Amino acid sequence: MNFDFSDDVTTMRGEVRRLLHDRFPRGAVRQQVDAGAPFDRDLWRELGAMGWLGVALPEAVGGADLGYEALCMIAEEIGGALPPAPFASSVYFAAEALVLFGSAEQQVRWLPGIAAGEAVGTVAIAEGIGDPRPGGIATVAAKGALTGVKLPVVDGDIADFAVVAAKGAGGEPGLWLVDLTAPGVTREAIESLDLVRRSVRLTLDGAAAEPLPGGQDWPAIERLLDRAAILVAFEQVGGAQAALDMAVGYAQDRFAFGRSIGSFQAIKHKLADVYVATELARSNAYFGAWAIANDAADLPVAAATARIAATDAFSLAAQENIQTHGGMGFTWDSDCHLFYRRARELAVVAGSQRYWRRRLIDRLDAQNHG
Amino acid sequence: MDFSDTPQEAAFRAEVRAFLDAHVPAKTPGNRSYASRAMSPADVAASKAWQRTKAENGFAGILWPKAFGGREGTPMEHIIFQQEEENYLVPASVFNQGVGMAMPTVMTFGTPEQLERYPRPALFGDEIWCQLFSEPDAGSDLAGLRTRAVQDGDDWVVNGQKIWTSNAHFSDYAMLVTRSDPTVAKHAGLTFFIVDMKSPGIDVRPIKQISGTSNFCEVFLSDVRIPDSQRLGAVGAGWKVAMTMLANERFTVGKTEGPDFEDIFLLTRGLELDGRRAVDDPAVIEHLADWYVQSAGLKYARLRSQTALSRGKTPGPEASIGKLVSASKLQDIATYGIDLLGQAGAVMDPAVAPMNAWFQHALLYAPGKRIAGGTDEILRNIIAERVLGLPGDIRADKGLAFNQVPTSRRQG
Ligand SMILES: Cc1cc2nc3c(=O)[nH]c(=O)nc-3n(C[C@H](O)[C@H](O)[C@H](O)COP(=O)(O)OP(=O)(O)OC[C@H]3O[C@@H](n4cnc5c(N)ncnc54)[C@H](O)[C@@H]3O)c2cc1C
Repeated sequence: MNFDFSDDVTTMRGEVRRLLHDRFPRGAVRQQVDAGAPFDRDLWRELGAMGWLGVALPEAVGGADLGYEALCMIAEEIGGALPPAPFASSVYFAAEALVLFGSAEQQVRWLPGIAAGEAVGTVAIAEGIGDPRPGGIATVAAKGALTGVKLPVVDGDIADFAVVAAKGAGGEPGLWLVDLTAPGVTREAIESLDLVRRSVRLTLDGAAAEPLPGGQDWPAIERLLDRAAILVAFEQVGGAQAALDMAVGYAQDRFAFGRSIGSFQAIKHKLADVYVATELARSNAYFGAWAIANDAADLPVAAATARIAATDAFSLAAQENIQTHGGMGFTWDSDCHLFYRRARELAVVAGSQRYWRRRLIDRLDAQNHG
Repeated sequence: MDFSDTPQEAAFRAEVRAFLDAHVPAKTPGNRSYASRAMSPADVAASKAWQRTKAENGFAGILWPKAFGGREGTPMEHIIFQQEEENYLVPASVFNQGVGMAMPTVMTFGTPEQLERYPRPALFGDEIWCQLFSEPDAGSDLAGLRTRAVQDGDDWVVNGQKIWTSNAHFSDYAMLVTRSDPTVAKHAGLTFFIVDMKSPGIDVRPIKQISGTSNFCEVFLSDVRIPDSQRLGAVGAGWKVAMTMLANERFTVGKTEGPDFEDIFLLTRGLELDGRRAVDDPAVIEHLADWYVQSAGLKYARLRSQTALSRGKTPGPEASIGKLVSASKLQDIATYGIDLLGQAGAVMDPAVAPMNAWFQHALLYAPGKRIAGGTDEILRNIIAERVLGLPGDIRADKGLAFNQVPTSRRQG
């Protein structure tokens, strides 16, 4: 038994961390945010050149074919560094959808671009308030064209293409590939909680689309969500750890009543609880990594478990990081709110906690019947 | 990442399963439930017999030297045995303190004579050990203990009181920590002994717990003479020996006793609420999912630390997570299991209360889990200080000789 990342992945983690730190210290992220230009195409290409964007993609489409463990590790590091890069939308959702369900031609059209950091992709399932569900899809596909409104579409402002959920001829939702530069596509920026990853309202008015041949039913969409949930969980764990590290650092340095605030048990115990939540989330995410790397039968349960734990851990870490910082944590200039915002964005991007809790118990219940 | 066994590990696992199948019944969803109760003489006998069977078949001291009856196996074999034994209904063990904690400490600090005398009978289930650490005025603050040891020729004379000593009423030997010098700082004046529980001057009185049963005792020591040859470690080095013993506890703690997620899940799948199964109720789902996620997180955290162990690393303070999370989870599950039964929840009659009134019984043993072996608060301090590196508490006893330290205002 070996329930740890492989030595290769562990070595690679060092490189990933170094580059993110050098190229993207948190101050640089802030400058981009404050300048109102959060997408850095040069960084995106750099990430591509490092082989990170296509790390789990096959070599035939420009990937490095290093497997999902490596991708999980990169996701964790990205989650802590907060680079303004559309990593989640492009890699966990768009590229994954093409790998799972796309035709060879569709894969060749977009995946090499993502792997190289030349293209940006995203996914468009949501249509307003509510969790993922077949009844929540009103967008229709007819004669190779989509009509409907998708909201929110994360990174929709910078994406070149989207994988869109729409109802086909039989009324069953499936996944369609849409070139976002084509006629009939309108994107309107909407205010988003996350300052780095922004969302748009995507209006499709007879926009040209092709079906992803393997993704023409709801279980396919759930499969995409399950796999993405594991990758997102690693980002959440990375974010939770970074927020915890920030809080611990501040608690050591800040003095009140003649002593370091980190010597007050109310602070110590709070941060111990954040540590425990983060370690449990990390452990559940590891099982998710194993499940996705081995395409295990347990993947749906592993995904829900990783997702629930990571969402809770990141929320707790981000909110208690602000609390530990006192008034300073409530300012725009502190980085606390970047994590606080990201924690909420990731918490809902693939469906709410309520949604995942129900799926988890339904799945366990079904297993016990079988 | 790889959950599969190497061929050697698989062979060992098969050997373990064959051994367990030959001697004990496997757990099933129906027979899992079990209510903690006082260990009767028959329970103690069953525990001893099972320990002997394991030792005779080479499964009791997997990491122990062969000289003491061990196997000199690998950490992975130790882990495999624990994993497999968890799936069987085995007698409750009275050997955790002796085999799991005391003997490894004896092996670290013991004299050749002590090594010759103690480990083997403990491993083979002939002698039961208990831990005489806590005192009425020294629990979390163990180094505040005041049981006095005074040297008298080749003996030490010990006077004082220990409390909360699990299994003392049927133990043969004890690991005893005493104060040999009250004029130095409190951690410096301690000395450690091995004591025969049948020594004259030892009076063991069981304490009735909140459940009404008794698993721990008060132990009074009046002019108990302990030969110096029974001292473990140097005079004044008792704190180090005690800490080694507590660190060994981390190797022994596996999964805590239930009811756990799978048990309350079983309950909710069988129970009707408002005309549907409880497991279909959205409020119930919220709780169940969180307990599943916590249990899974603990399981995978355990696998991570077992991976580290199998590579020769020692478990660090991060191992405190397991007890901290599972004790509260147990209490929450017991509480909710009772709540789900509505107006009949407080009935303990097994004819009414599902699963042999397991949830009701657990309500009464769960609080002890949050206290024994380090309270929740102490574990959070350990995590904050030793894992996160936050400063220690400001201490009111710093730099004082032990006999100058402020003490409790109220006794008992
Ligand atoms: C079921 C059970 C079995 C036991 N078995 C044994 C045994 O076999 N041998 C043995 O020696 N002992 C045994 N104990 C004793 C156990 O180790 C102590 O009860 C425990 O260490 C707590 O000490 P205390 O009871 O004196 O409580 P105290 O230390 O007085 O604690 C009271 C409260 O104060 C809190 N507190 C204390 N110090 C701090 C601090 N620094 N920061 C924050 N909060 C603090 C505690 O968390 C607790 O909530 C057992 C206890 C139980 C419940």
